[in-house]
Amino acid sequence: MGIMAEAEPPRSAAARVAAPEIGANGGEFSRLAVAKFVYTWLPVGVVLLFVLVAWYVAAWVLNAPGAIERVLDAEVGYTWQELFMATMGMERPLIPAPHQVLLDLFESLTGWPLDSPRNLLFHVAVTGQSTLIGFAMGTVLGLVLSVLIVHSRTLDKALLPWIVASQTVPVLAIAPIVLVLLGSLGFSGVAPKAVIAMYLCFFPVTVAMVQGLRSPQTIETEMMHTYAASRWQALWLLRLPAALPFLFPALRVGVAAGLVGAMVAELPTGAQAGLGAKLLTGSYYGQTVQIWSALVMSALLGLTLTGAVAAVQRLVLRHRGGL
Amino acid sequence: MNEGLAAGMAQGITHPWFWPGMVLLALVACYSVYRVADLPGGRWVGMATAGLFGVWVVAFWEILVRALDVPRVLLPAPSLILGAMVEHAPKLWGDFVQTVGKAVLIGWALGCGLGFGVAVAIDRLPFLQRGLLPVASLTSAIPLVGVAPIAVMWFGFEWQSKAAVVVLMTFFPMLVSCLAGLQAAGKLERELMVSFAAGYWRTLLALRLPAALPFIFGALKVNATLALIGAIVAEFFGSPTVGLGFRISTEAARMNMPLVWGAIVVAAVIGSLAYALLVALERRVTFWHPAVREG
Repeated sequence: MGIMAEAEPPRSAAARVAAPEIGANGGEFSRLAVAKFVYTWLPVGVVLLFVLVAWYVAAWVLNAPGAIERVLDAEVGYTWQELFMATMGMERPLIPAPHQVLLDLFESLTGWPLDSPRNLLFHVAVTGQSTLIGFAMGTVLGLVLSVLIVHSRTLDKALLPWIVASQTVPVLAIAPIVLVLLGSLGFSGVAPKAVIAMYLCFFPVTVAMVQGLRSPQTIETEMMHTYAASRWQALWLLRLPAALPFLFPALRVGVAAGLVGAMVAELPTGAQAGLGAKLLTGSYYGQTVQIWSALVMSALLGLTLTGAVAAVQRLVLRHRGGL
Repeated sequence: MNEGLAAGMAQGITHPWFWPGMVLLALVACYSVYRVADLPGGRWVGMATAGLFGVWVVAFWEILVRALDVPRVLLPAPSLILGAMVEHAPKLWGDFVQTVGKAVLIGWALGCGLGFGVAVAIDRLPFLQRGLLPVASLTSAIPLVGVAPIAVMWFGFEWQSKAAVVVLMTFFPMLVSCLAGLQAAGKLERELMVSFAAGYWRTLLALRLPAALPFIFGALKVNATLALIGAIVAEFFGSPTVGLGFRISTEAARMNMPLVWGAIVVAAVIGSLAYALLVALERRVTFWHPAVREG
């Protein structure tokens, strides 16, 4: 804005007077925006840069013994530049350098068709599918449970402690059992993975919704009472809207937990496809770079899923300012 | 257990009074839980209700599994699971020592301690805080447990690799909660400390750390569960021939379901006990907090 005002010759006196003002305002505004941007992102950038440098240094130091042993010829001798280059491009490094992981990702994403098991997006789709199905089932289960618990003193006392206890059972432990049980009922493939994802998803939703459905104050519930509102009306018109701000953070936690569940579920099921299966095959064959790129992909998937939930949250809660 | 009894129960299902009897029993169960929940009283009534509910669930599980003759590969009866646990008690004890005593405890203590230490250390460096907090919060969306195969590759099959996974998984929740907790002390209280001429360390010890305790305990509780998950998953990528995760995966492969359930019961009991212990400790330490005083 400021630059434009200076570049264009002012046409009238009024414009001449007004122009610097606008320019000053715009300049101040943009300076403020820049300052805000720097304030927020510079520290994050520095931290990320530090992580990147540390990663390279770690790759150099940790891969050096292997490189000396396998790549370089000790009798001929080598300079440290040669050693550095050798540690950066090893076949099966202890830690692959960041650019190796990126190259592997790029190759996998662009070099193969989408339905090839060599393409990581294929595995992302497999894991993402069971995560989303499990997430949907877990959310519904959590909502139903929380409504029941809020409306029944008995269920509140009898169920809630067991719901908390259910989360202390490690997921991988129940995976084989879910597999056997569902397998005998004729379900295989996505269903067991989705059920395990659901097992992790429903908990945060239940706990947050119990809290959220109870969040309306006495005065508000009493007002519903004076309107002779039924329990259902009170639930629909008062409790559910009041619980929405509690629901969305829980959904974000839930979808991330569901991804962990879906990935872990792929381990004992001997799945052929999916990010968890990719990790397992990578670890069987010592393909370090493959493990790391699968890890990066799963991190991206997790960030995308929670980002999507956050976007829905902004959309839904848009009219409620400040939330 | 008793084969004759089991056969008798399996025939029992054809008895005309079996299903009406079950319905009656279910009604009795519902009514008893309902009555106990309605008793006046505080926490003990809640625990009694939950306990009674659990007992009824196990009872129905036992009766239905026996009556319907469900194959033990699918769903073993509770008595069978208990039998397997008693029979293999030394094995399960070894698994417990390996997984919980070494990997989980050490990893959990190290991860939580590191998270706490880093949070306190960067408390005076707002620049680092602003840089680390967004990154650390983002890690909650990332399935960190996926580093398990890498950890096994680096640190070997023994408990060290499991502890490493646990450290990584528990570090970030503690860091984030602790940083949030250190900001939790109110402005009024801080100003009071200033008016007492209390320095940074005095304020930290007397005001800000106590105010952060509820947050820290929240992270400790979450981390207790995460640590168990991390250690058991890491055992799947390679472990010595003991460990809860190893037991579960090998016995499941051999279709020895009662022992698998036994190992799960052990893990669940440990998880619940750890949680209950931390809650009890929290109530003692943060006795001044409104949430504790009310309950």
